[in-house]
Amino acid sequence: MSDTTHDGAVALSTPPSADDGLSAAALAGKYGLTVSGARPGLFEYVQQLWGRRHFIMAFSRAKLTAQYSQAKLGQLWQVATPLLNALVYYLIFGLILGTRKGMTQEVFIPFLVTGVFVFTFTQSSVTAGVRAISGNLGLVRALHFPRASLPISFSLQQLQQLLFSMIVLAVVAIGFGSYPSLSWLLIVPALVMQFVFNTGLALIMARLGSKTPDLAQLMPFIMRTWMYASGVMFSIPVMLKDKPEWIASVLQYNPAAIYMDLIRFALIDGYGSENLPPHVWIVGLVWSVFIGLAGFVYFWKAEERYGRG
Amino acid sequence: MAEDNTSGRIPTVIADDVHIVYRVNGAGGGKGSATAALSRIVRRGKGEARGVRKVHAVRGVSFTAYRGEAIGLIGTNGSGKSTLLRAIAGLLPTEHGKVYTDGQPSLLGVNAALMSDLTGERNVVLGGLAMGMTREEIRERYQGIVDFSGINEKGDFITLPMRTYSSGMAARLRFSIAAAKNHDVLMIDEALATGDRKFQIRSEKRIRELRKEAGTVFLVSHSNKSIRDTCDRVLWLEKGELLMDGPTDEVLKAYERETGK
Repeated sequence: MSDTTHDGAVALSTPPSADDGLSAAALAGKYGLTVSGARPGLFEYVQQLWGRRHFIMAFSRAKLTAQYSQAKLGQLWQVATPLLNALVYYLIFGLILGTRKGMTQEVFIPFLVTGVFVFTFTQSSVTAGVRAISGNLGLVRALHFPRASLPISFSLQQLQQLLFSMIVLAVVAIGFGSYPSLSWLLIVPALVMQFVFNTGLALIMARLGSKTPDLAQLMPFIMRTWMYASGVMFSIPVMLKDKPEWIASVLQYNPAAIYMDLIRFALIDGYGSENLPPHVWIVGLVWSVFIGLAGFVYFWKAEERYGRG
Repeated sequence: MAEDNTSGRIPTVIADDVHIVYRVNGAGGGKGSATAALSRIVRRGKGEARGVRKVHAVRGVSFTAYRGEAIGLIGTNGSGKSTLLRAIAGLLPTEHGKVYTDGQPSLLGVNAALMSDLTGERNVVLGGLAMGMTREEIRERYQGIVDFSGINEKGDFITLPMRTYSSGMAARLRFSIAAAKNHDVLMIDEALATGDRKFQIRSEKRIRELRKEAGTVFLVSHSNKSIRDTCDRVLWLEKGELLMDGPTDEVLKAYERETGK
């Protein structure tokens, strides 16, 4: 039954049974079939991701709302949680430990609250990033979408969370005598840079976490170390006066400290540029672009492997 | 016979010696205690990681599916049917071998994208977006989805969080969302018969519609009746291996003989 056709026959009249002898790959090539679940090119990947922007937004907003949907006070917790957080830190570091060396109370309280909120933004993006793939395997194994949607969606959720915190922050700043001024506009570019940085980091952590879920257990310790090293509740140059200078420089140029300082500078009247390391905007931008791009490419490289159990 | 079957047919899915291996953490070495985990790490380095157990779920399955075919997958529990479907959909990476497909096959189901804390309304939108529909498409089909699910037959339930639904209601909404989209290569994984009798009839009808629109259909089911009703070709998987591949009647007869029905 398998009739052999002579080579060079006109393509139109070739009997289909000629397919019989073909290997799977050749047959696939002949009919334009592609490997299922193959990784798209970087440019195509960006396009796919852009096509899914509504899903990314909807998913992040859904996660945010779902968070407090069982609570009686509901969405009020979006604001109440950061407020309580700020109070706790004020109680411990402002009143009990007194880490405000070199700062007046009017500067220190907004300084502390900014630090806590801005660092929490990075911290929660990273923590959510670690579990972005490993915690959503069900979703990854059920539906098709560029997997980067998940970590990006999680850091968007944190950004929206931060915007709620910003309301609290504005109230605190005004309460301690820093009134809205043009310099407050500088918060926008600083937050954009931090968001890109966070997303890059979340993408990196998502890939690492998909392979090694144990990272989720380890991250709280790493993040806490990072928090204490970034001067969330104290001024780095003042605290490290007696130590070799390079230590303070390293700490000051770490991205978390940079973004915190930029926002403090924008927000607080008594926190002038003398507190910032030189070239702080450029360093912030470099961190943001570098980690953002590197994280994206690193994540994309393993696109076809997410979902393996 | 086989050749006749293929003549003039355009292949849509080609599976070429597909192997799928699951790796399970923390399943090795008997006791799940901390010391056991520690000793696993210490003794590591001798080749394969000790703590990880491999489950070879699909072993070297090859077949070619053609446009217009409806293919049933049968086999006992744990024989690798659902795993194979996910590999065809490109959702589970293969360990070895390749799956070639025409376009993007999709698995019927959005359960994982839905959130029980959100209202049914928002879940319809979220589920639709997750399946790759545009906002306009969802807006157009929204009413259809809600009507099909029959959620609002007993009052305004669509604006309540999904966690307040009965299990039947939730299953109906999930199916309605999933079935709202048309697919090129459609894959359906069991458990279609959810909800009450009325809804079952409605969903079977919708499946038939989807089948007509789709190029190729894969159906995993334990109900020989629904396989007989919908499929013209059946793959029989056992322990991850392709035991038989042929016309529905032939394979089902052999399967029924084997399983002692």
